[in-house]
Amino acid sequence: MPIRRDDRGRYVEVEPRRTEETAWLRCRECGELVFRRKLKETNHICQRCGAYFFLTAHERVASLVDADSFEPLGLESTSPDPLQFVDIRPYQERLEEAQSITGLNDAILVGRGTLDGRPLVVAVMDFRFIGGSMGQVVGDEIAAALEYCSQEGVPIVLVVASGGARVQEGLVSLLQMAKTVAARNVLAEAAVPFIAVLTYPSSGGMLASVGSLADVTIAEQGAMIGFAGPRVIEQTTGERLPAGFQTAGFALEHGMVDQVVTRESLRAELARALSVLQGGTHG
Amino acid sequence: MADDASIRALEEKVAELRTMMESGGVDLSEEIALLEKKLFAWRRDQYARMSDWDRVKLARHPERPRGLQLVNAVTEDFYELRGDRMGGDDPALRGGPALLDGQRIMLLFHHRGSTREEQHSCRYGMSTPQGYRKAMRLMNIANRLRLPVLSLVDTPGAYPGVQSEEQNIAAAIAESISRTLSLDVPSLTVILGEGGSGGAIAIAATDRVLMMENATYSVISPEGAAAILWKDSQAAPQAAQALRLTAPPLIELGFIDQIVPEPVGGAHTDPEATAYELRAAVSNHLQELSSIPLDELKALRYKRYRNAGSVRAAADQEA
Repeated sequence: MPIRRDDRGRYVEVEPRRTEETAWLRCRECGELVFRRKLKETNHICQRCGAYFFLTAHERVASLVDADSFEPLGLESTSPDPLQFVDIRPYQERLEEAQSITGLNDAILVGRGTLDGRPLVVAVMDFRFIGGSMGQVVGDEIAAALEYCSQEGVPIVLVVASGGARVQEGLVSLLQMAKTVAARNVLAEAAVPFIAVLTYPSSGGMLASVGSLADVTIAEQGAMIGFAGPRVIEQTTGERLPAGFQTAGFALEHGMVDQVVTRESLRAELARALSVLQGGTHG
Repeated sequence: MADDASIRALEEKVAELRTMMESGGVDLSEEIALLEKKLFAWRRDQYARMSDWDRVKLARHPERPRGLQLVNAVTEDFYELRGDRMGGDDPALRGGPALLDGQRIMLLFHHRGSTREEQHSCRYGMSTPQGYRKAMRLMNIANRLRLPVLSLVDTPGAYPGVQSEEQNIAAAIAESISRTLSLDVPSLTVILGEGGSGGAIAIAATDRVLMMENATYSVISPEGAAAILWKDSQAAPQAAQALRLTAPPLIELGFIDQIVPEPVGGAHTDPEATAYELRAAVSNHLQELSSIPLDELKALRYKRYRNAGSVRAAADQEA
């Protein structure tokens, strides 16, 4: 590993700067090593234990909307690095690396498309981009998408894959919670359905804001759904975590989501939910 | 340059002279006055050179005046409302109507506790879903009875416990943010000590946000950021600086509206003076907000949060 001096003058090993993804992936459930190029063949499912690997935002979009119907609506902006943040690496460098790996400007892909012929807007997060964290760009993209849907009367599906707020943007990232909730309040005035899909992981500031305010919330099997990470809970409270804590089943049991579905049935479930939410005529 | 140790030594010296004067009947008042002047200069000097990490420690200082204490010093006729009407009451997030400079307002405030026992029972100001649900209940009352809402924030963060998760703390925070943003009355936040992440923003998405001079407001604690990004919990002081969590950079970035001054050495050195400044600032902002027509107030509020973070980008474009 390359070595660099940190801000206290010590020599530390740093992760090499990457321009593409690693060739091998480890299954987070069973530890199996999988060759990345093989993932497509196995539908991103671990052949040993059946766990899901992450879908990229582009793969997720393709799995949800009608073929060739997707048109990006993204703002194409990049983070202004409001704090000029540097930890053991400059944030700017992390951003460039994530951009080059994902081909995205930030951790979300927004666009318009159709699902079984019905128009919808999809906003899909990509965990590979700094853990799907929400900073200013993600906040702007979600807010713009919600405003667009309020104006155009098009339903919106938000697919969450996020570790929480983007720490490198400090208070700016915390304020994105208020930004996305403000835009969701605008949507609430329009008779437009809002569906959230919670995948692995849906946590922190992303869950404690717009991610928890949909009309219908669907958890993907294998999702982690929770505000605080298990380690934080154990360290702060000394509590032992019950079996199945923060799983999709836990979320269903505790009234946080309407459905738990497999990845294969998500598209059909969304189509069904969208159709039952539309057609209100009262007032 | 005076350090902590020499300041403490001088404090002890002054105390010693005082005892001597009281017990011995010798008049040492001139000497004491001289030393106290020196002590003040040293303190002021040290205060001016504080690092961001020093400020974090000051915001968490055990003697710092806390929620209920400041509420009692700043308002009158506080009538506490308890319970979320859904199964519980959170002693860490409290509130109720009160009078501030003759105006009836709805107060929401974190309480960290003064005694050990109290601190334990209110989890050092870490709120549970019950707390945020109670806050929403109180905001509903404020909205209906046309009371401006004043949030006094002082929390390390929302309480990260198993029960919090079972009761969906994430949704409680999200809904509380939503309720705050949709208020039909003016709203104001003062970050008193620690403005910790989701636990703070849950009641802080208000028309204006003020910070006490030694308060901090951040998406994550410096310790948390150090552990995640530096992979080294010892890096908390660097993280504190990098996060720009103190009032001066946050007012510069345009995220807060005013810094409420504290006495030299911090709020705990003179709680009365602190309360005086706090009341003056709050009263002034509430008065200004009351004069803005509701439609305009809500439009300004939307713009404030819709554009959050874009402040520097906008300024750069203008420049």
